[in-house]
Order: sequence, then structure tokens, then C-alpha cells
Amino acid sequence: MDLSSISLTLLMATLMVAATPILFAAIGELIVEKAGVLNLGVEGMMITGAVCGFVVTIETGQPYLGFLAGAAGGAALSLLFAFLTQITLANQVASGLALTLFGLGISALIGQSYVGLKPERTPDLFPEALADIPVLGPILFSHDLILYLGLALVVSVWAFLKFTRAGLVLRSVGENHDAAHALGYKVVRIRTLAILFGGACAGVGGAYLSLVRVPQWTEGMTAGIGWIALALVVFASWKPGRVLMGAYLFGGLDQLQLRLQGAGVAIPVEYLAMSPYVITIVVLVILSADKSGAPASLGRTFHASQ
Amino acid sequence: MIRLVKRPQPSQAWSYGAPVLAVAATIFFGGLLFAALGKNPIDAILTIFWEPIFGEFSFFYRPQLLIKGAPLVLIAIGLSLGFKAGIWNIGAEGQYIIGALAGAGVALALYPLESVLIFPAMILAGALGGWAWAMIPAVLKTKFGTNEILVSLMLVYVAEHILASMALGAMKNPEGFGFPGSRNLQQYASAHNADIIENSGMHWGVVFALIAVIFAYVLLSRHRLGFAIRVTGEAPRAAAFSGVNPKGLILFCLGTSGALAGLAGLFEVAGPAGQVTIDFNVGYGFTAIIVAFLGRLNPIGILFAGALMALTYIGGDIAQSNLGLPAAAIQVFQGMLLFFLLAIDLFTNYRLQIGAGETA
Repeated sequence: MDLSSISLTLLMATLMVAATPILFAAIGELIVEKAGVLNLGVEGMMITGAVCGFVVTIETGQPYLGFLAGAAGGAALSLLFAFLTQITLANQVASGLALTLFGLGISALIGQSYVGLKPERTPDLFPEALADIPVLGPILFSHDLILYLGLALVVSVWAFLKFTRAGLVLRSVGENHDAAHALGYKVVRIRTLAILFGGACAGVGGAYLSLVRVPQWTEGMTAGIGWIALALVVFASWKPGRVLMGAYLFGGLDQLQLRLQGAGVAIPVEYLAMSPYVITIVVLVILSADKSGAPASLGRTFHASQ
Repeated sequence: MIRLVKRPQPSQAWSYGAPVLAVAATIFFGGLLFAALGKNPIDAILTIFWEPIFGEFSFFYRPQLLIKGAPLVLIAIGLSLGFKAGIWNIGAEGQYIIGALAGAGVALALYPLESVLIFPAMILAGALGGWAWAMIPAVLKTKFGTNEILVSLMLVYVAEHILASMALGAMKNPEGFGFPGSRNLQQYASAHNADIIENSGMHWGVVFALIAVIFAYVLLSRHRLGFAIRVTGEAPRAAAFSGVNPKGLILFCLGTSGALAGLAGLFEVAGPAGQVTIDFNVGYGFTAIIVAFLGRLNPIGILFAGALMALTYIGGDIAQSNLGLPAAAIQVFQGMLLFFLLAIDLFTNYRLQIGAGETA
């Protein structure tokens, strides 16, 4: 075993890449839950985004078009969820599960002839000279546009919720939909928009997985990342800053266990590979005592006549 | 102007009719999907729903109906108890795997001993394995208020990695020439979950599934615990006043569904699958969620829903080999079914009012 082969700089740089899919999915779900909707279909929307992004990138050779397609795919699937929960007033837990089961199936169907192909590389944003700066270069300047967009998204969501009127309206819908309705806010419309935003974010996160992080298409490649993103929102107490921290923590742990596998640590590969899931459970247990941040109307169905 | 008006009582007719309509809608839109994939939709639908029961080779497929239906019904019965009470165990796939590993572990440890006690011991171990795995989210929920949906789901991935480690390591067949996978339990007489009537597909899992249906039916309609489950799901506050112990209910619902999923896993690994391999599990734990909803969380309904879903598995396999229909298309088809069911269910609790109606 040779732990010295694990370079901290490289670990930092790759953990940012590993964290980006979770970050996008979780920040999208945060907005959805702030509006009082629990969408358990993140995994399904992510994998749909992954396959849509991948297929479009292969067909056009344009990774940025791929990311757009990923967002569109995720949003399209979330529209189904919005229809079920906002129009036909179906149970949100069941609808979210349906979304995940359906997304896994439809993505496998779309992607079946794209297995094993290699997508066009998403270009780095900064010139190589910057990325060559020792230590700081690989961490700060060696990434693609989407990764930086993810960081910008966290800041924007934070500012949106904290400082804007629209953010306040969104939160009021999530805290007490009856009161928001009485004040004249369109609860269903606001929630539908939030769900669409969440779907698009999950789709971009999925596309990042198939275009940058892996980059390849395999059936079921999200392997629970969407669920980890859901858990992340809970233990971030619905705060964008903590979502970022949590996502980077998980990216780091994921990279660390991969590197430990590579360095030949005496722990069997399977046990290292299950560690992200076990750690998610442990963190959930530690932080689940504090539910003060949860929107009061989370998961409740709204019907104007009630 | 069309408005939705909440019914004072859920409509019985819609409650029974919704699954039928959902199946019809799924067949219609599934047909469109198959047509989009370049297959003749009528052929595809007939292959899926007609061929296995009435087709030329139905003598071969009919037993499969029991083999595929039993685990689905067994798991879905357990899940339905929790779902009724608003306790969401979605990690049945993990409990299924751990139950299979525990049961197969007993057999592999005792090999080549022959005794009539081995199979009952395996059944016990399978149920205990699944129960123990489900107790993790149950205890975390009751002690710390941790979300059982996320924990039970995370444990599926943990179980899959344990399965991989077992199939490649501790349980690997020492006489298997280095191939992954355990000894074949079908060749170990004391441990084999054989057909009770030769070639009927009627193995012990089917018997247990039927017992589970009866048990759940009696529990829900005749027993105090069944009342507690129903009242907790429909009116949690009323449940508290009527003296329901919510923590006990969580432990019972998750534990029972875990034990039933574990049993399903054991019967599968000791019978139709035969071996502990990396991918002996085929997602029954997730499909059973659809079965539970399609069966209206009602034991008898689940029996029918399980049979229907088993049919789509078998018919899907046939359509795959005869028509070249991709395996994923069947997965989409099953997912669609749940969508339509959830959407159509609107009319169980609401009715459409056309015209202005009286103003409030």
C-alpha cells in the first residue's frame, strides 16, 4: 500500500468534479422542497438528463448543446411529476418513486445504442497557462464552464431565497400554502415552476456525470447519486451554503475511496465502494435531529377548495 | 369551466376501476411506444399478454407466472402494510438480497450435510436476514427520527456491494474453477427449494405468498393492529387519540416487510436462481412497489397485480426474443402503469364539476 501516491492537489481538483453532479441535483431539489414539494424522482431525472446530454453530444459534437439537452430532459420528466402532484393531486412520495422507476427505464431505452461511445470533451474554461500554476492552478483553473456555473448557481439560489421578493413568495408557498393562496399567490403555478427548475438542475447534474465525470454512458450509471442528493438537502437543513459543503464533502470521500482502492489498501474493494452510502446514513442520523429548517408544508397536497 | 370538487367519501367504483383503466391506458400508450420502436404494436401487446397464458408454449410459461409472481406478491404484501400507514420502506430490494444471503449462508455452511431441518433453518435465516436489514431504518427512525425512505434506499446499495463481496469471496464455490458465484443450491437436495408438484412452478415461495395474502387480509380486516395501520395512514391525529403506539407500528411494518422480502430472496436463491451471483436479484424489490399500488394496497388486489406484473416480465422476455423488443421497453411499460394509476386515482377522491357551480 502506498498512500503517498495520493496527491492532495489532484484530490481537491477531482473532488470538485465528483461533487458537481450531486451539487446540481441537490440545489435544484432544495428549491423544489422550499416550495413545499418533495420530489423523490431526482435519480430518475438525473439519469434522463445523463442520457439526453450524452446522446445529443454524440450526435452534434457539441457538449454545451448536450448540457442544454440534459436540462431539457430532466425538466421534461419533472413536468410529468408536476402534472401528477399538482394537477391530479397524487401522493408525492409515490409519484416520485414512479418518476425514478420510469426514468431508469426510459434512459436505458434511449441509451441502448450509445453504450461504449466516447463523447466530445467539454473544454476547460481558462487557458492552460493558468491551470499550470502549481497547486492553485489545478484546483481553481482547470475546470469546465459547467462546474463554475454550479458554484454560481449556489450563490444565486442563496441570494434569491434571502434577498428577493420572488424568493420570499416561494418560501411562503412552502411554509403555508393555504395562507399563500389566501394572499393571492398562485400556489400551483409557483410549485410547477420550482419543480421544472429542480428537474432541469438534476438533468444538468446527470449530463455532467455522463459527459465529464465518467465520461461514458452505461445503464443505471447514476447509482444512487440522486438519492444522496436528496439526503444532502435534508442534512444541509435546506441551506444552499451547506449543500455546497456537503456536496464537496461527498465528492472528497468518493475520490478518497477510489484512490484508496487504487493504492491497494487492505480493505476489500466492495467495502470501500459502499462507504459513500454508509456515510450518508451516518450523517443523516447525526443531523436528522434538527428539522427546524424543513418547510412546514413539505410533501402536503394543495387543493384550493380545502 | 371545469372544477375539481372533493368527494365527501372516496368513490368505491373509481377505487376498483382505476387500476383497470390504468392498465388499459398503459396498453394503449405502450402500444404507441412499441410502434415508435418500429414493432407492430398489436403483435407486441399480444406477445406480452396472450402468449404466456394461451400461446403455443404456454405449458412452459404458465409455471413461470408463479415463479415470477410469488416474490412480487410476497414483497408487495409487506410493503402495503407500511404504505397504508405512511411508512415508506423502499429498500425491499436490499432486504431481499440480505435475506437470500442469510438463507444461502446457512445452506453453504452446512454443505454437504443432508437433513430435513436444513430447509426450514434457511427459511428462518432468510426471514431474519431481511427483518434485521429493515430494522436498521426502523430503529434509526424511532430513535433519531431519521427519514426511513432515504436510509432504506441507501441500504439497497450497501446490500448490493455485500452481495458482490459474497459472490466473489466468502460464498464463492470452492469447486467452481474460479468462476464467481456460490455452489448451486439446486444440486443440494436438502437446501433446494424445489417445485412441490413437478414442473408446476409451485415452489414454497408460492405457498408462503398465499399465506401472506391471507395473513394480511385477516390482519387488516379483523385485527386491532390492522385497524391501527389504517387509522394511522388516514388520520394520524385520530390514531394518537385512539392509543396507537406510532413507534411500535414503525417497527412492526418495516420489520414485517423486511422479513417477507427476505423470504422472497431466500426462495429465489434456493430455487429458480439457484446460486448467489452478483446479479441474481432482478429488481423485484422495486417492481413490488408498483404491484403494491396497483393492488390498491389491498391483499387480494396485490395478488392480481402481482400476477399481471409477472405476466409483463414473462411476456417481455418473449417479446425480446421473438420481436427484438428491448428489455428496457418493458421497464418503461411498468413505470407507465404506475403513472397512469396515480393520475387516474384523482377521480377516487375528487369529481369533476362542469359549469360554474355555486360560489362559496
